[in-house]
Amino acid sequence: MDRAMEILKGFGLPRLIITLFLVALFIIAPFAGISVTASITDVLGRFGQNAIMVLAMVPMIHSGCGLNFGLPLGIISGLLGATLAIETGIHGPVSFILAILYSTPFAIILGWGYGKLLNRVKGGEMMIATYVGFSSVAFMSIMWLILPYSSPTMVWGYTGQGLRTTISTEGFYYHILRDTLSINIGHLSISLAEILFFAFFAFIIWAFLHTKTGTAMTAVGSNPVFARASGINIDRQRTLSVIMSTWLGALGILCYQQGYGFVQLYQGPMYMAMPAVSAILIGGASVNKANITNVIIGTILYQGIVSMTPSVMNSLIHTDMSEVLRIIVSNGMILYALTRKTGASR
Amino acid sequence: MSEMSKSLLEMQNVSKEYNGNPVLKDVNFSLNAGEVLGLVGENGAGKSTLMNILFGMDVIHQTGGYGGKVLIDGQEVKFASPLDALKAGIGMVHQEFSLLPGFTAAENILLNREPENKSVLSLVFGDRANTIDRKDLQKQAIAAITKLGVQLDPDMLVSEMPVGHKQFTEISREISKSAIRLLVLDEPTAVLTEKEAEMLLKAIRNLADQGISVIFITHRLQEILDVCNKVVVMRDGRIIKELEAADTSIAEMAKLMVGREVSTDKPKQDHDERKISDKIVLSVNNLWVDMPGETVRDVNLEVRDGEILGIGGLAGQGKLGIPNGIMGLFPAGGKVTLNGSEIPLNNPRACLDSSLAFVSEDRRGVGLLLDESLEWNIAFPAMQIQNKFLKNYLGGLIKWRDQAAIKEVTEKYISQLQIKCTSSTQKAKELSGGNQQKICLAKAFALEPKLLFVSEPTRGIDIGAKALVLQALREYNRKNGVTIVMISSELEELRQICDRIAIITDGAVSGILPADRPSEDFGMLMVGKTKKEAM
Repeated sequence: MDRAMEILKGFGLPRLIITLFLVALFIIAPFAGISVTASITDVLGRFGQNAIMVLAMVPMIHSGCGLNFGLPLGIISGLLGATLAIETGIHGPVSFILAILYSTPFAIILGWGYGKLLNRVKGGEMMIATYVGFSSVAFMSIMWLILPYSSPTMVWGYTGQGLRTTISTEGFYYHILRDTLSINIGHLSISLAEILFFAFFAFIIWAFLHTKTGTAMTAVGSNPVFARASGINIDRQRTLSVIMSTWLGALGILCYQQGYGFVQLYQGPMYMAMPAVSAILIGGASVNKANITNVIIGTILYQGIVSMTPSVMNSLIHTDMSEVLRIIVSNGMILYALTRKTGASR
Repeated sequence: MSEMSKSLLEMQNVSKEYNGNPVLKDVNFSLNAGEVLGLVGENGAGKSTLMNILFGMDVIHQTGGYGGKVLIDGQEVKFASPLDALKAGIGMVHQEFSLLPGFTAAENILLNREPENKSVLSLVFGDRANTIDRKDLQKQAIAAITKLGVQLDPDMLVSEMPVGHKQFTEISREISKSAIRLLVLDEPTAVLTEKEAEMLLKAIRNLADQGISVIFITHRLQEILDVCNKVVVMRDGRIIKELEAADTSIAEMAKLMVGREVSTDKPKQDHDERKISDKIVLSVNNLWVDMPGETVRDVNLEVRDGEILGIGGLAGQGKLGIPNGIMGLFPAGGKVTLNGSEIPLNNPRACLDSSLAFVSEDRRGVGLLLDESLEWNIAFPAMQIQNKFLKNYLGGLIKWRDQAAIKEVTEKYISQLQIKCTSSTQKAKELSGGNQQKICLAKAFALEPKLLFVSEPTRGIDIGAKALVLQALREYNRKNGVTIVMISSELEELRQICDRIAIITDGAVSGILPADRPSEDFGMLMVGKTKKEAM
């Protein structure tokens, strides 16, 4: 009994409640006339789409920079890569690779500056990060209009300049991963390529954290003074982690676009950080500890809730509760994690 | 004082324990009106605890109260809070100032006790709407300053005052309370210049002449001789001796402060008659370190190959700043040479690269990754600095953590240092203080340094663990020939293990003596007397 309680405690009460809720939704689903297999397909699809953005939280958490509320900055790098790739006009799978290549230098430069900034505000990273995200989104809203893009698939039809708010990836890299290596069993469809794509980067991060540099990064997050006394350049490790997080954010949004089908500009990236932050926290991470398991479990639980509640709730009570529930879950989780941090450090 | 006068304050068999550790035992003393009592003792002797009891501080009640009696005017009192103590006429000036920087001296002196005028609004809103009677405020403040007998401008803003004047403002505030009869001054001269200290001492005498008793806590023994009627020397929670200030000397007090039982005690060191070569391994020239609370001003030191050099001294004199400065943890300047090559300061990596290692006095803050496993704690610096415990792949491009090697080295040190833990993957924060200290040592040993700084290795750990830690250090020195510089505030500990001991006073070396010299010699150095002066 004691042992059971201990396991339960280790699992965490919020995680338990959310898991039970999700299981309940899956049980109710058939009675509400919703196909379980379709739901699972949906959840897995969303997992593949979002998991890398959640993974983007990990390096910064490890180096002690807290949760990456500045994810929009990484997303903007991804958007720059995406628009440049489409501008090039090359269709098919190559455009996806191009988008990744184009977004990389932006992610490195923006991440470097973002890292430098965070090094100046040690202790207040998460608040600063939030505003870095917001203000970069506002700045880019101007830039999307001004930058000299000319591809007819992207610019406003009536003026011929300035990018549209949503751009279809159709013909470029729409479902480039989703439809590759997909397994279809009846109505259930699992995209192996998407999952492998995530698994590859998850493996890279996992491996990185087992190297000398990765160990140093974790130590910086665990106790910066200890790391400094051991001859580690704290600022360099932190900057490196921010660059990694930013680059993963860029990759994450590209992966999202190929599944979702659209590139969303302007206000699109504004609130993208919240679901990712919330997902990793649901997965059991804290402000200064996270691992790949947290990413996987968290993304499945979070996306499960987000995709299941609207369909089940709507068909049950015929009102749209989904958005309300999603907001409660994601913001509630963030709130919970942030308050728990001060409790644990004592 | 005439025989008729009853003693103002009397302590009878006062004792106090914190979690079963006795910190005060059987303290008895009395103080008459108009007397100045000097209270001296090393850090941790129990002075502050005694004063906390006198003031009824919360920390005393929260830890189970105290034993014995405190009597004022022959009546037993039990103060529930410092406010009660203030009402009974006891005032205290702490080491840290509690003044409002933007207010004038006069305003600070009478803060919250300002003389008031009724105004029209008071009729409606009650006393809260009274106005301050500035004239009377000024008058009362001047009265307090005059009573103290110092020069202090009542209109000067505290933020613009030199330190000495702030101190005077604090004291004036205490004595402006009409009921004041006993004033406790906790190291009031520590922050003052010589001139200001002189003025303060005069002021203390002045107060005593007006019938106010003073308890004067200080490390500067000369001041005790100058101003006190009697001296109480404390050590290890006991009053060792009560002396008449007129019949004692600095030497006697110093000896009582630091000495154990008898002055002739030889340190317990198994003097194995070893020869220390004259080769200088580390030389420190004109070192300054800006470490808050432990400022090093000008240290010159030479460490010989293979010896254990002790660095002692009272808290706040700068002994802790030396290793912290050399290892680059605090801003420092000067010249440090190891085996003939100069070590760049303010660069922890460079020090570690040149085979120096440091065990910090701040175990939990600097020394350990509390949330990580013992394996990480022990292997981390060696891994980062010397690329140990790593497996190289792709021609060294990927440096992979070698978990097996890490486990091996951790288990080696766990058995060698007898670290009590459940496994090598236990988290460091779950260990006891003594075992955490051993982890810190193991971490430094794993670096295989040529010279090891160990700062306060026995702070906050129990006696059994202390002995083990010291033993480990000595063995490491003997077996591996590693030079050790050990910093400690416990002189006896240094005398047990070291070959030579340097005493730091006021941020500089006041003397270096062989460890087998009697402890009063070190005591003299600690209180700022060079050997010559003491003779």
